[in-house]
Amino acid sequence: MIAVLALVAGVVAGILIEPTVPVALQPYLPIAVVAALDAVFGGVRAKLDGVFDDKQFVISFVSNVLVAAFIVFLGDQLGVGGQLSTGVVVVLGVRIFGNVAAIRRRLFRA
Amino acid sequence: MRIRVSPADAVIGLLVALLAFALVVQVKSNAGDTQLANARQDDLVRILSDLNAREQRLRDEIATLQATLSQLGEGAAGREAALAEARRRADELGILAGTLAARGEGLVIRLIPGPEPLAASTVLEAVEELRGAGAEAAQIAGLGGHPVRIVASTYFADGSGGGLVVGGTAMGGPYTLTVIGPAATMRTALTIPGGVSDAVARDGGTVIVDEPGEVTVDAIHVPTDLRHARPVN
Repeated sequence: MIAVLALVAGVVAGILIEPTVPVALQPYLPIAVVAALDAVFGGVRAKLDGVFDDKQFVISFVSNVLVAAFIVFLGDQLGVGGQLSTGVVVVLGVRIFGNVAAIRRRLFRA
Repeated sequence: MRIRVSPADAVIGLLVALLAFALVVQVKSNAGDTQLANARQDDLVRILSDLNAREQRLRDEIATLQATLSQLGEGAAGREAALAEARRRADELGILAGTLAARGEGLVIRLIPGPEPLAASTVLEAVEELRGAGAEAAQIAGLGGHPVRIVASTYFADGSGGGLVVGGTAMGGPYTLTVIGPAATMRTALTIPGGVSDAVARDGGTVIVDEPGEVTVDAIHVPTDLRHARPVN
């Protein structure tokens, strides 16, 4: 309940404030967003499975974002930033698909 | 009803709000910006070098087209000049050959015979004097015949009954010579002692030289086909 309210509040804030992304953050923000989405879907799945843990969710969220950003940063330094970003997005996308599939099975028994 | 908010819930809510915020911001910046703003350095370098190569190609094309344009312009100007020159020569030759009407400074000379008819040789002498004085085009008109353009091949003969045959056309006096050329010189040439005026006066005739300024020679000589002469290449 609180999470849904927070989601709506964040969207509204993003629309109203209209901030510009700082140049230093531009390569990392998209990847960080995808990583955070992965953590959120993982959390929803755990909630439905009845094994949701506050601490675990917070840590996984933060570490996902940081690791994703770090991998992109490392890729940029090595000169393979584009390819590595693609790789991270693919891995996270696969995980998101897996989590969504589990949620679907739990909700619709299908 | 009261919702209890634990610290953990607050942190989770904060994180989710942050995620939603970042998501919206990223989507908006992607939609509003061009692709270039988010492109990586090596992509930008590649795009830049592509654009440079394209610019170079277009510059080369511009140079080629401009060269073609100036070539075509020169060609057109050259053809124009050649055409104008050819027209000028055609006009000049047409006036000399008597196939074009002409207009310009000149004299109108009336040869009025006295009791004796004018001899063809006298009229011819007058024409020769005028030519020598620089006449460029001339025609002669008389009674009973249409005006005749005087060209290189025009002949003068004594006709029956005291008239003249000029280039095949019979005519009687008085005769009117219309001549284009330097008026003052031609007038002097006609009136020199022992010249045309004296010769006509000896036969009892009169020469009246009129100088109306601009005269028109509009009799046309129909050119004959040359049967013997051919141009030398």
